[in-house]
Formats: sequence, C-alpha cells, structure tokens
Amino acid sequence: MTKTKKKISKQTRSNIITYGIVILAYIIVQTMINSGSISSLMEGLMVPLCIYAILAISLNLVVGILGELSLGHAGFMCVGAFASAFFSKCMRGEMESDGLRFFLALLIGVAAAAVFGLLIGIPVLRLKGDYLAIVTLAFGEIIKNLVNVLYIGKDSSGFHISTQDVMALDSDGTMIISGPQGITGTPRDATFLIGIILVLITLFIVINLTNSRSGRAIMSIRDNRIASESIGINITKYKLMAFTVSAALAGSAGVLYAHNLSTLTATTNNFGYNQSIMILVFVVLGGIGNIRGSMIAAVILTLLPELLRGLSDYRMLIYAIVLIIMMLFNWAPKAIEWREKYLSFGRKKKEAVK
Amino acid sequence: MAALLDVKNLGISFGGLRAVNGFDISIEKGELYGLIGPNGAGKTTVFNLLTGVYKPDTGKITLDGKDITGKKTIDISKAGIARTFQNIRLFKQLSVLDNVKVGLHNHHKYSAIEGVLRLPRYFKVEKEMNERAMEILKVFELEEHADVLASNLPYGEQRKLEIARALATDPKLLLLDEPAAGMNPNETGSLMEMIQLVREKFHMTILLIEHDMKLVSGICEKLTVLNFGEVLAQGKTTDVLNDPQVIAAYLGE
Repeated sequence: MTKTKKKISKQTRSNIITYGIVILAYIIVQTMINSGSISSLMEGLMVPLCIYAILAISLNLVVGILGELSLGHAGFMCVGAFASAFFSKCMRGEMESDGLRFFLALLIGVAAAAVFGLLIGIPVLRLKGDYLAIVTLAFGEIIKNLVNVLYIGKDSSGFHISTQDVMALDSDGTMIISGPQGITGTPRDATFLIGIILVLITLFIVINLTNSRSGRAIMSIRDNRIASESIGINITKYKLMAFTVSAALAGSAGVLYAHNLSTLTATTNNFGYNQSIMILVFVVLGGIGNIRGSMIAAVILTLLPELLRGLSDYRMLIYAIVLIIMMLFNWAPKAIEWREKYLSFGRKKKEAVK
Repeated sequence: MAALLDVKNLGISFGGLRAVNGFDISIEKGELYGLIGPNGAGKTTVFNLLTGVYKPDTGKITLDGKDITGKKTIDISKAGIARTFQNIRLFKQLSVLDNVKVGLHNHHKYSAIEGVLRLPRYFKVEKEMNERAMEILKVFELEEHADVLASNLPYGEQRKLEIARALATDPKLLLLDEPAAGMNPNETGSLMEMIQLVREKFHMTILLIEHDMKLVSGICEKLTVLNFGEVLAQGKTTDVLNDPQVIAAYLGE
C-alpha cells in the first residue's frame, strides 16, 4: 500500500506543478503589464495564448489519451465561437451585468460545441486512424463553410434565418450573423484573467478525467481495444465521452476567441484546417498524452513568430528550426535519456523490472 | 448438477471454410478443462465464439443457465466469462495496478462527473479499487511491480498480469489461450502451480488451450481434442491422451 500512496502523491505533485506554471505565468505577466514593461502588442497576445493552450490541452484528450487522430478541432472552436457570439450580440445592452452575460455565453458556446462533438462523434468514431483524421478534417471544413452561408437577422417579428442573402427585415431589425461578414459588434468581454481561469478549468477537467475510472477506460481503449472490450468496457461510450469533452473544451476556446475580437468571421486562417493542424502540431511537439507539454508547446509556438518579428526574413527559418529542436527534444531516444538523467520533469520513470 | 458452461452444436464458417463444426462441450463448476488440437484446428475460434468476438452460425451457448449465444463481447464479459489472449494484450502504457483496475471497471463504479469533480465517492471507490487490485496482485506476486508500466514487465509476468486482469472482472469461467506459450520449462512449472492456486483461491472454473502436453496432462481433468474444427475425442485426460486417433492426429504416430 505504501507504494500506491507514493504514486498518488507523485501524481499530485506533477499536477500541482502544472497548475503552478499557469498561475505563476499569470502573476509574472500581470506584474509586467501593470509596470508597463510589456508592449501593447504582447499584451494583446495574452488571450490568444490562453486560447491556444486550451485547444492544445483539449485536443490532447483525443489524440493522446484516446489515441485517435482528429483534425476537426478548429470546427468545434468555430461552433463555440459563433454560438456564444450570437448570444452575446442578441443580449448586448439587455443584461445588466457583463460578467453574467459572458458566463451565459460561455455555457452556450460550450454546450453547442459539445452537442456538435456528440453528433459528429457518433458516426465518425466508427472509423480509425487515417480515415478518422480525414473525416474529422472534412467535418471541420463543413462547419466553417456552413457558417459562411448563414444569415440570421432579428426584428420585431422574431428571428429570420436564410442561407441566401440579406433578408428583408422590418425597420427596427438588425443583422446578427451576415454570412461571410460574420458577426460584428460582439462585446469584448474576454480578459487575460478569464483566459487563465479557463486554462485552469480545462487542465482540471482533463487531468482529473484522465486519472479516474473513466480515464482508465479511455486509455485502455487506446492501448488495446480488443482486450478492453473483452473485460467489459463500453468502447462506444468512452470514445464518445473523450471526443465530446474535447469538443466542449475547444468550444470554450472559441468563446474566448469570439469575445476577444469585435468582428468574428469564419475564415481559413482562424477556423480552417490550417488551424486544426496547428493545434495538432502543438500536441505532437509537446508530447502526445503529455498535457503540460502540449500547453507549453502551444505557448512557445504562438509567441515565437511575434518575438521574432524583428528578424523579418529569417523569422520562418528560425521558427522551423525551433520546431525541429522541440521535436528532437521530445521524441529522440537519446534526448529522452539525457532528460531523465539531468532534468526531473516528474514524468513516469520507465523503470524496468529485473 | 447443471453444467456451468454448456455448448451444443456450435459452428461457424468463414467464406467456404467451416472453421468450427458441431462443437459440443460441457464444463462443470470448478473443473479445469483442456482444449487441445493441432495448429489451425479452430481452438482460438472456439474462444472467440464463446466470448462473442464472432457470432456463431449454428449452436447454442449456455452459461450458468443463461443463454448467451450471439451476445456482444461486453455483455458476455458481464455475464461472467473472462479470457486471456494467445498474443498478450495488456494495456501497455498503463501501470500494472491500473491494468487490474480497468478489470474492476464494472464492479466498482462512480460516474465521470464524480471523477472529474473529485466528489467523496471518487475517493471511497478508488480506495476500494486499490485495495481489491492489490489483493489480486498479491496472489500473483506482482504487488511489488504495481507502479511499473505493463510493457516493462518481463514476459512471464505479463502473462500473469493478463490472468490477474481477467480475474478482476470476477468471472464465473476463465478462458486461458495458450498461457504457457513462449515459456521455458521452469516458467511453465510455476505457471502450472499458479493456475492451480487461482483455481483454489478464486474457486474458478477454467478452460484452457494449450500445446504443452506436460502442462495439459499435469493439471487438466478433462480434455477435448479438436481437429479440423470438429471434436475428435472428449473425456478424462488419461483416456483421451491414450486414444489412438488422438495420438495419430496430434501427437504423431
């Protein structure tokens, strides 16, 4: 029993380090903002950093813990963003508390993304590997393109929905979603503090889920589907659970995104497959299944292009080199050996018996 | 006394190949039963039929009075059949303890929400699970390696862990698919002792597939010999092994 206890405390220690990093980062950055030693450009980057961290952590639940390759993550982010922005725009000026409005918007965005995750997950999770990747990629694109032809307006007689063009509204009507122009005039409720809180909540959910009965079931499916079926694990249920939770968390990143900009449009750059692959890059470079690693990778790879802006032409060159170095650091056997010898990252030591 | 497992006229075809045909078996509670036969005779197919991996074309499977023919793997696991695999199928990235805890999945329950929010029930059930899992590991002398990743265990221990995981599901019938495959005579010897121990300690009924004649003749009370998907001989171990037909088909003239 003593061994088990030791393991639990080791696990807890690792979790505390992870939460600690986030809180420490917040304190440092906030002090720097207060003392004015940080450029406004960098300050504006703080919420996106939180968004990418959330996306990376949540995708790691599907890629690392469930062991399935999903390339539709930006699609769920898109759902969360538009659902919440729609709500916020409708409610703007009608609610007394901005905080409450944002909170409700968050719930709506998360719920919408979870519903999409569930609906898409039911057919899609029958596939495996490359096939699953391709189909999720397609669903991500479908969501983005659907949003681009969606027109919703509101007037005294209620909501009007069209997929064609601007509709005839009464004189008091306003457009809420106008196709490719998206939603304009979303309240900018997202702050760095809210971002950090959402990162912590995401970490809390993913880490606790992983270290619970359900998480073990999910990981057993990853390690050996046939065996986990043979001991009575409901494969469909736990696959869907991981996929839906991951989609819901991506939705919360979308809410943050929508409320960080005053204009929300669905373009290839923000909700397209480029974005999905970028999130996957964070996960792969940070270490598949390594929650803390993917969070750090997201932060570094988002900051880097901005930090290197001064180097103009050499920017992408250095970015590429950093990608390669991170890949080697995380995956090369020699590097892992070196790391375990000199740096204690609190990882599970691969102790062999005998 | 009604048999624990009763199989009548079980059969399945893959395309034109009749892999198993007219297979009957009846296992009493507490028996240690052997299933032998040459390569490709259909032994593992029988296991796959019993555990619902394949759906039989013909026949009926009854476990403890309940008809489980054609049910899903998960329902059969809940009904009380657990198995190990010919090629070891452990959860390699999970620790030894967690492998057994996954086996306890359907017996110690709390919801995902209770798990995420760390409600009191989480701690209570996790504690029960840890205790139960350690108990099982102790029987297999694996408790010292509880924190080790399953993939880092030596081969023989991995075999043991697979049996431990199967027992964690609290089955009525345990199916072992070539437990001694790839083991040296020493390891086979300790495996035999362990199977006996499991049987006594857990009052388990065991059906095992094996090629190692020393193991089969050493511990099995009854045998069924399969050849080309059909039952060649069935009965007490000594009688079956002395059957000239069996010797011709399997052990060589």
